Amino acid sequence: MHPLGLYLTSFSYQEIEKKLRMAKSTSSDAQMLIRSLRTAYAATPTNLKIIDLYVVYAIVTAVIQVVYMGVVGSFPFNSFLSGVLSCVGTAVLAVCLRIQVNKENKEFKDLPPERAYADFILCNLVLHLVIMNFLG
Amino acid sequence: MARNLRLLGFLALIYASLSISGAAVIRPINEAHQSAALELFVPINGSFGSLEETYEALKTFQILGVEKGAEISHATCPVVVEKLGSSLSTSKDLFHALRVNSILGCQIDSRTFEDVASKLQALIKDANSLLDFHYAVGGLLYIKDQGINVILSDADGTFHSIKALSQSDGRWRYDSNSAESSTYAAGIALETIAGVVSLADRKLDQSKIGIVKNDIVKLFDSIKSYDDGTLYFDEKHVDASEYKGPLSTSASVVRGVTAFATVASGRLNIPSDKMLGLAKFFLSIGIPGSTKDLFNQIESLSCLKNNRVSIPLILSLPSTVLSLTSKDQLKVEVTTVFGSAAPPLTVSLVQAFHSDSKDTPVLENQELQFDSENTIHYLDIIPLKLDVGKYTLIFEISLHDPENVNTYATGGRTSLMSFVTGSIKIDKAEIGILESGAGGSETLQKLDLSRDSTLSLSANHLQKLRLSFQLITPLGHNFKPHQVFLKLRHETNVEHIFVMESSARQFKITLDFLGFVERFYYLSGKYKIELTVGDAAMENSFLRALGHIELDLPEPPEKAAHPPPQPVDPYLRFGPKQEISHIFRAPEKRPPKELSLAFLALTLLPFVGFLIGLMRLGVNLKGFPSSTVPAAFSMLFHAGIAAVLSLYVLFWLKLDLFTTLKALGFLGVLLVFVGHRTLSYHASTTAKLKSS
Repeated sequence: MHPLGLYLTSFSYQEIEKKLRMAKSTSSDAQMLIRSLRTAYAATPTNLKIIDLYVVYAIVTAVIQVVYMGVVGSFPFNSFLSGVLSCVGTAVLAVCLRIQVNKENKEFKDLPPERAYADFILCNLVLHLVIMNFLG
Repeated sequence: MARNLRLLGFLALIYASLSISGAAVIRPINEAHQSAALELFVPINGSFGSLEETYEALKTFQILGVEKGAEISHATCPVVVEKLGSSLSTSKDLFHALRVNSILGCQIDSRTFEDVASKLQALIKDANSLLDFHYAVGGLLYIKDQGINVILSDADGTFHSIKALSQSDGRWRYDSNSAESSTYAAGIALETIAGVVSLADRKLDQSKIGIVKNDIVKLFDSIKSYDDGTLYFDEKHVDASEYKGPLSTSASVVRGVTAFATVASGRLNIPSDKMLGLAKFFLSIGIPGSTKDLFNQIESLSCLKNNRVSIPLILSLPSTVLSLTSKDQLKVEVTTVFGSAAPPLTVSLVQAFHSDSKDTPVLENQELQFDSENTIHYLDIIPLKLDVGKYTLIFEISLHDPENVNTYATGGRTSLMSFVTGSIKIDKAEIGILESGAGGSETLQKLDLSRDSTLSLSANHLQKLRLSFQLITPLGHNFKPHQVFLKLRHETNVEHIFVMESSARQFKITLDFLGFVERFYYLSGKYKIELTVGDAAMENSFLRALGHIELDLPEPPEKAAHPPPQPVDPYLRFGPKQEISHIFRAPEKRPPKELSLAFLALTLLPFVGFLIGLMRLGVNLKGFPSSTVPAAFSMLFHAGIAAVLSLYVLFWLKLDLFTTLKALGFLGVLLVFVGHRTLSYHASTTAKLKSS
């Protein structure tokens, strides 16, 4: 056997072995990652969790509307835009609220959460006035 | 159908030509005026509006002999009594009230009249404008007519005050301040002076009367005339504000002059022709369309009927069309303006001119006989050998009694228009096709033009069509009507009209088709032939269809003119219009309803998931304030948000932006207040928790 061939062969063996090991570690890594994420997230305060739930709820609703548009067509286009932007807009506002309420953010340390909540309410009302006007 | 219409138009043309000449004929006032007066003056609840209008209506009815007084007096007399008794009434009101009373004869005691008379006497002393004098003097005259003894205290002074307003040309001014003089005012002034003369306690100086007579003569120098010999007065300067029009102005002058002539001693030096010309002017108006015009016309004619200057006699023809076929008589009426009988007189036809020969009279000096039963002067026209045509007749009236010559105005010679019509004989009518070359065989057919015929001819462009006939009047002369037309009409309604000329006792036309090929647009085929013969004096004017001719014309060269487009039938305009089809935007594609509802349910699913997630997170309402006031504020805060959201829903469903914003303003202020209280309470409790 050619030495180079041997070398090549041994290399390829090594490669395969390494790949197999890597694959195994990737799936376990992913599991580990998710697990660590979940444990880390469990430590999140409940009020932030509620906001996250709200954001997810809004985004899912927007996605359903986009799917409906894909199935049916975008005829009352302003209505579609109003529906989707209402959800996305409120989700963005909720994210802003989350940033301000989060105690870890030193930037907003002096800002009381009540003030942030009032902002959230005001912005939502303005947003939906525009949405209603555009709804047609 | 089309032919009938055309025939109708043709007859209408003849009728129009007759009625135009008829319009110039002057006829005395007759029953037509009575019915016109009844139509124009219509009382509403027994009243005609103002007292002035009431007087005009009542006076017109009185002159025309229409009985209307009883039903009017019921509603009008209380107004008259009120005006006479009121201290606020002006001289104008009193004048009109007294005028109306003079016709209606309302129940008014003599004390009222005396009061009014003394009031008017006082007004005359202060009067300075012509109209003030006119109303006051006129009012006093009417009181005098009621049997009350009224004497104008300062007749000379009043006369001078009125006379001071006169101008050198016989016109008057309304007051001393106005620069313009007016003919209408002259009439009023003369009427007022006549009133002053009859109210004066002693006779006025003759020299004063003479001055006024001179004024009247000067005024009549400014009379104007129309072409038909009628005379009228009009203002010299047409001033927009006070311009009355010829009828009102003439009526005012006639009223004034006749009133003055009645009271003034001696004759007025006015030519009788002018009085007759004025009478003819009023009569030539016919039946006016407005109440004011009718009143002016009728009242001035009634003034002229019995005036002391000269009474106009109107000579008129009851019928201006005399038919030889029915052996009509030439009838002439001589009456006063209201159609009543004239004094004994003789009418003679001085001259009669045919319209063709205006210089040589066809008749001279024919005396008309008098039919005393119908008060008509007549003359048989058959022995006069008058042929058909249009005539100008000149009449002269001679009164039997020489004393009447100064009383009546006959106007010398009177010229009137008249038609003599008759049936025209059509003779030697022939039609045929001729060969173009000389010596061609003449095959002329006899034609009966008294009825439609159905000829069938054929020709090519090398042949000729000939039509000839004679027209002979009842007296055997040649007759030349106004209209003799030959019409060829192609199947495509292209028409060609040829005027037939008369030559050598007959009407003849020869159509050489070779010369007409281009004019006929090279259109071969069937042509209908129509012949029109018409004249106002021809009783048997006709439009005949003669049949048709089949023309064979050469093919058109390339540059030949195309026949003009035929005018669209005017009746098509009233037919149904072409239907209009509208283009609408196609409706957008819509999904099935079920799919949309399913997705609606699907969008609600995440909300359910959100609620479930909240429950799993263990959300509770423990943070809700427990004490009363903060709890109330908190609840108000949430209710406010709910209200704003439901307002948005309403905005989406039915409200407009302005209403929404208004409501949102109020809700927003409330929400900010309540939210601030609630959230600051929350913040303070959290701070307390932290500090503790």
